[in-house]
Amino acid sequence: MRYSLFNVIVNGLTKNLFAERAWRDPDPRPAYDVLVIGGGGHGLATAYYLAKNHGIANVAVLEKGWIGSGNAGRNTTIFRSNYLLPGNEPFYEHSLKLWEGLEQELNYNVMASQRGIVNLIHSDAQRDAYVRRGNAMRLAGADSELLDAAQVRKLLPFLNYDDARFPIKGGLLQARAGTARHDAVVWGYARGADKLGVDILQNCEVTGFLRGADGAVTGVETVRGPIRAKKVALAVAGSSSRLASKLDLRLPIESFVLQAFVSEAIKPLIPGVFTFGAGHFYISQSDKGGLVFGGDLDGYNSYAQRGNLPVIEDVMEGGMALLPLLGRLRLLRQWAGLCDMSMDGSPIIDIGPLPGLYLNAGWNYGGFKATPASGWCFAHTIARDEPHPLTAAMRLDRFRTGHVIDEKGVGAQPNLH
Amino acid sequence: MLIPCPYCGVRDAQEFSYRGDAMPVRPDPAAPDAEEKFHDYVYLRDNPAGAFKEIWHHSAGCRRWVEVERDTLTHEIKATRFSAEGRRA
Repeated sequence: MRYSLFNVIVNGLTKNLFAERAWRDPDPRPAYDVLVIGGGGHGLATAYYLAKNHGIANVAVLEKGWIGSGNAGRNTTIFRSNYLLPGNEPFYEHSLKLWEGLEQELNYNVMASQRGIVNLIHSDAQRDAYVRRGNAMRLAGADSELLDAAQVRKLLPFLNYDDARFPIKGGLLQARAGTARHDAVVWGYARGADKLGVDILQNCEVTGFLRGADGAVTGVETVRGPIRAKKVALAVAGSSSRLASKLDLRLPIESFVLQAFVSEAIKPLIPGVFTFGAGHFYISQSDKGGLVFGGDLDGYNSYAQRGNLPVIEDVMEGGMALLPLLGRLRLLRQWAGLCDMSMDGSPIIDIGPLPGLYLNAGWNYGGFKATPASGWCFAHTIARDEPHPLTAAMRLDRFRTGHVIDEKGVGAQPNLH
Repeated sequence: MLIPCPYCGVRDAQEFSYRGDAMPVRPDPAAPDAEEKFHDYVYLRDNPAGAFKEIWHHSAGCRRWVEVERDTLTHEIKATRFSAEGRRA
């Protein structure tokens, strides 16, 4: 059923509109053209665009738990395209353009709201860096605007402007950035893909891979039985190394946990997203009213999906330095997600490294904003067996050839990206 | 998280700085396959979910390098020793 105001009114009066399943719950077929492992935003978007853009609908998405139960349900729901390097920025700008039309595309309310992001500036050197970044964004066709202290004060009057150590000198604004409802993105892509004929197989953990005589990947072993496929695509950021190890592959990735926090709900206060430039702290306000914020990774390798207290203290200190009113609020919830921290801080979308295998991994802590373009470009890579022009720099062999995309320039130390 | 330092005893993990995976060994730059070996050493990781050997520096304590055997799923620490005590296996 197509969702519309007319349907809401008519069906609201005659039957329960939302009692129908939005997508089927099929049994696995013995074989598909393409298997996408990972029922998060990226996997479902990949399946959707495979069917929509490339006419490949004989596709199954395999999910260990329920769709959206991993990092798609653990992020802080921000989309933006304020990157610096030419290997990254055009890709994220394409993603932002897809966000702008996503609800019409999917006929699903993903609650995308372009409320803007401000990266605060605290020193002259930082202003220089953000001028450069803003210009790089504009060169890639994105929007950016440099704000002085008075303009920031007008936009965000509640910040601590006169902090002795970190006075606020201005900010870099991207007005087209914003936030969306993370679950709705997952559900919207799932419903869209299902309508085009994609099978979404939940509670279908992949336990191993089927291999051909030449070593090619020809399918997977799952808890619901073996499934064969011409092409097998991994979209399991957070657990990429775990699945790759079943193929005896080692990836340029380490896993870390990133925590996020939500306060009790308050009246509308924060108009968009803003980030602290002198520490690692960022914050926005959800439509429900809770302040959603986060900061640094827990700094050591972990698959625990829970964080430790020192980082909580660090995030709160950053928050209090910038936004003293935070101290009057109670923390409602705290959680952590697994991050595929890659060796240069940028993602990997590529063919291989084995025949029949396709890899989408290494999203660090920036996967949510990339969801539409990741699916778009990964579907292209799978369908045509060649990288999409926007992800041509995001190939796995860049580490071998030295063409890394290191936004922060910290080198192969994943916990510092 | 508490880390038992072989010299200082059980101390808060906040006293330590994290170096990371203990397994990569710097290859011989003069070896004929050095380029391949260095790619492996600098970039590729086992990244296991479970038992893991890693290096911490007790930077706010005895300032020695400590090899820690930790479970990455539970954060349970099985054993620690000085990195200087020879090559790990």
